[in-house]
Amino acid sequence: MDQKPGPVTLITGTRKGIGRYLAEYYVALGHQVIGCSRGPQDYSHPAYNHFRVDVTDENQTVAMFAKIRVLHGGLDNLINNAGVASMNHSLLTPMKAVWGVLDTNVAGTFLVCREAVKLMRKRGAGRIVNFVTAAVPLNLEGEAIYVASKAAVASLTRVLARELGNYKITVNAVGPTPIQTDLIRGVPTEKLDALVSRQAIRRYGEFRDVSNVIDFFISPQSDFITGQIIYLGGG
Amino acid sequence: MESEKIVHIIFAVIDETNAELSADWQIEKSKDAILFGNGGKLDSLGIVNFIVAVEDRVLEELGILITLADEQAMSQRNSPFRTVSSLSTYIAELMGRES
Repeated sequence: MDQKPGPVTLITGTRKGIGRYLAEYYVALGHQVIGCSRGPQDYSHPAYNHFRVDVTDENQTVAMFAKIRVLHGGLDNLINNAGVASMNHSLLTPMKAVWGVLDTNVAGTFLVCREAVKLMRKRGAGRIVNFVTAAVPLNLEGEAIYVASKAAVASLTRVLARELGNYKITVNAVGPTPIQTDLIRGVPTEKLDALVSRQAIRRYGEFRDVSNVIDFFISPQSDFITGQIIYLGGG
Repeated sequence: MESEKIVHIIFAVIDETNAELSADWQIEKSKDAILFGNGGKLDSLGIVNFIVAVEDRVLEELGILITLADEQAMSQRNSPFRTVSSLSTYIAELMGRES
């Protein structure tokens, strides 16, 4: 007897870091994973399809969804991981960095959500998980634009949850604490330690902390969980 | 004829939509049928669903990716979403720009 294909899961920003981990993690769980990033991907697996897409480019993003429609006929889960950081004092933040962060983190997240919903509504259900940061509730100094962009994603998550409830699509977000990835490579250790010291549980995050929350949000049993944001570490 | 195909697609979406509407609130399958605005049968969420369903069908049946709800269209005084006929004309225009 043929095995039923696993859920179709799109993960943005899969070239490295959390996104790469999540791609391999959900492939291992039997999902049909679609990943995307601006650069090439060195991970390959029969259940993994990679697209080179800049999520701030509407034409590229819409074209990727057209291909997903052909390949899979729909989409079950979207994990909106792609993001960039700019960690500087506001007085040392050039406008180019401001627009870059807002473009990827806010506009990119919105665009991918919008297109994903068009595929999910055909399934009569769907799960969207956005990425914010524990630095939002901590109002972390030295990351003004990054934190502001993620606060915007938190608002977007709550509004989309209301707009999409009728389609049985849930929209939630996870707010990781610092995890040792490229995203925070340039951040001084003392700044990261200061952030960790303000958490209820004082340790660096791990990839499994993030996938644990996502597992909960995308579970079929979580169809009554929407508009929620879970910050790791009690931030 | 391309325009007949487009009207056929809109009628198919009307069928889908009518299945969700009550028996006394059905959209007529004619070119003059009012979809949205005064005298229309679709509310604001209804028109969102309708537009997305038309975009889906145009892609599936004609293989052309169009975005109907651009800023200009939503704010036009004479909305292209007003009637089946105006929507059909608008889709043909967009398809002309794509090709």
